[in-house]
Amino acid sequence: MAEYLEEIAGVIDGDKPEVGDTEIQNYTINFGPQHPAAHGVLRLVLELDGEIVERVDPHIGLLHRGTEKLIEYKTYTQALPYFDRFDYCSPLGMEHSYVLAVEKLLDLEVPLRGQYLRVFFAELTRICNHMLNLGSHVMDVGAMTPNLWMFEIREDCLNFFERASGARMHSNYFRVGGVRQDVPLKLLTDIGEWLDTRLPQLFEDAISLVAENRIFKQRNVDIAVVSRDDAIKWGFSGPMIRAAGIPWDLRKSQPYDVYDRIDFDIPVGTRGDCYDRFMVRVEEVRQSARIMKQCLQDMPEGPVLTLDRKVAPPKRGEMKQSMEALIHHFKLFTEGYHVPAGEVYVATESPKGEFGVYLVSDGTNKPYRCKVRPTAFSHLQAMDFMSRGHMLADTTAILGAMDIVFGECDR
Amino acid sequence: MIDRDEAIWAPLLAEGVTRRPGVEVAFNVTREKLIETLDRLRVEFEYQQLMEIAGADYPERAERFEVVYCLLSLTKNHRIRVHVSTDEVQPVPSVTHIWPVAGWLEREVYDMYGVLFDGNTDLRRILTDYGFVGHPLRKDFPQTGYVELRYSEEAKRVVYEPVKLAQDFRSFDFLSPWEGAQYVLPGDEKAATPPAPQPEAKGAPTPLKAEEIAPVTPKPAKAKVAKPKTSDSTADTGAGKAGPSDGPKPRKPRAKKTPEGNA
Repeated sequence: MAEYLEEIAGVIDGDKPEVGDTEIQNYTINFGPQHPAAHGVLRLVLELDGEIVERVDPHIGLLHRGTEKLIEYKTYTQALPYFDRFDYCSPLGMEHSYVLAVEKLLDLEVPLRGQYLRVFFAELTRICNHMLNLGSHVMDVGAMTPNLWMFEIREDCLNFFERASGARMHSNYFRVGGVRQDVPLKLLTDIGEWLDTRLPQLFEDAISLVAENRIFKQRNVDIAVVSRDDAIKWGFSGPMIRAAGIPWDLRKSQPYDVYDRIDFDIPVGTRGDCYDRFMVRVEEVRQSARIMKQCLQDMPEGPVLTLDRKVAPPKRGEMKQSMEALIHHFKLFTEGYHVPAGEVYVATESPKGEFGVYLVSDGTNKPYRCKVRPTAFSHLQAMDFMSRGHMLADTTAILGAMDIVFGECDR
Repeated sequence: MIDRDEAIWAPLLAEGVTRRPGVEVAFNVTREKLIETLDRLRVEFEYQQLMEIAGADYPERAERFEVVYCLLSLTKNHRIRVHVSTDEVQPVPSVTHIWPVAGWLEREVYDMYGVLFDGNTDLRRILTDYGFVGHPLRKDFPQTGYVELRYSEEAKRVVYEPVKLAQDFRSFDFLSPWEGAQYVLPGDEKAATPPAPQPEAKGAPTPLKAEEIAPVTPKPAKAKVAKPKTSDSTADTGAGKAGPSDGPKPRKPRAKKTPEGNA
């Protein structure tokens, strides 16, 4: 103790150890790529001073599948299922950006019911995604029960996706010009009932276990505080930028589909720490439920896919009657449709943040270049400055509150 | 609003900064003007956020690569893009000092296209494997890649091998030939040049010529069926009916089992 005080007072020079001093040095540990708290295949090279994190070097790309290259070899319709596989926790959020980008190049109008269905299922995707993230976040910091309860909600969501599209996870449901097929009325009433009863019960129960929990707060409050300036500089988006106190939501500021007809609130954090990021997502789930209820109320009858036969295939029954329909069907599923040459960057508010698609078309039936802007790239890059000075155990909380999925990060 | 009002951009446009045609607001910028333009866009025009740096490859151009900066204004609620072109050797100035987020974004463009960024202190590969060679998103990089890896039981580790395709790579191009397909249709080349002997495609066995077929040693022929099957009806052939001159035939004696026959 005396030596420590002397060192502070400048009597002993800490940089020049003398006889009897114990020399310590930083050491580097490897976190992942196979670690349950790494949320996939993340490798973190952590430089530690004792238990304090000095530097973080995330190594990504272990799930790189070259999807952007593959998309260049596929027609516009064939490229769509790849988007389910970017962020496999919120597949429809990814599809949404892509179909909007192609529609912007085609200058295509989507029928109103199709737009409502897209928003409806995009919000269901948001709930589904946040269930996974909130659950795994609380599990990363030591709680078990809420995760199990939230997985029940997630299971319900996946069943709804299955009833709408036939697939639980990789729905491949959105189409350029609308959605693949209309949903049965029973599905909508079931989801409506679920939104009123099961979702609030399970969700509020689960959140009541953690939101005011002392241990949960100790692990999250004031951890990795991000200021507004930092959030802007580091390209944050989605819940990350909102938790930093910037009310920025693409659904409000640059509304696409029917978001401009819907009334909902944007939760904003006050401190910019992990707890805020968690609570922003919690509130987003409630708002998503609100959006879905409004969609159910306002959804009109009508076609769900554009009637432009140069883009969307005809119904099977039509093909039995009309030669023209048969030709269109054949052309669309062999050659596909041609997209006018041009470049667009279209972003939507995916559950994790701004998911953008920079699409270059050269006028043929295949994208010339399809650059995907993942949300995780900018967030994970900020891991370094966010973790500095925190304990090693906090890295899992920081990572959990970022909501990283590697299918999207590595592409 | 901003999309339609061209006058806003007048102070920005100068030598080396031109408006790029298209549905969205975008600019073509030379490499020398890049930093200055982006900095002015951030400070004067309030495009605070750099959301994305995308690369693109146009091999037919003199400067084949294009680096696209996608900027977002939180205050004006607007997006613009800034395009700068370069080639394999000319570095693009890094913007990491303006936006730290550019660090990884530039690393990705470097990894995928091999575009160099001057001033990025950490220009390592990011998405591809440790020790990867090549830049996969270039148009001249094959989709199948050059190497594949597997776990080798002998070496007890993962080994790289040249990629072997069990089936020839197929890229279906359904472009309609009378709607602007730019390639030569199979068969068209015969009109101009005498056809070179084509190597046989994988999968189809080479048909043997008559003289290559080894003569089959004749097997002892089986006893022929005495009565070939025909589709003639009995009404036509008269089979089974009594012949005009034949009386009732004596029943054929069965072949007697002789000792020779049994042997």
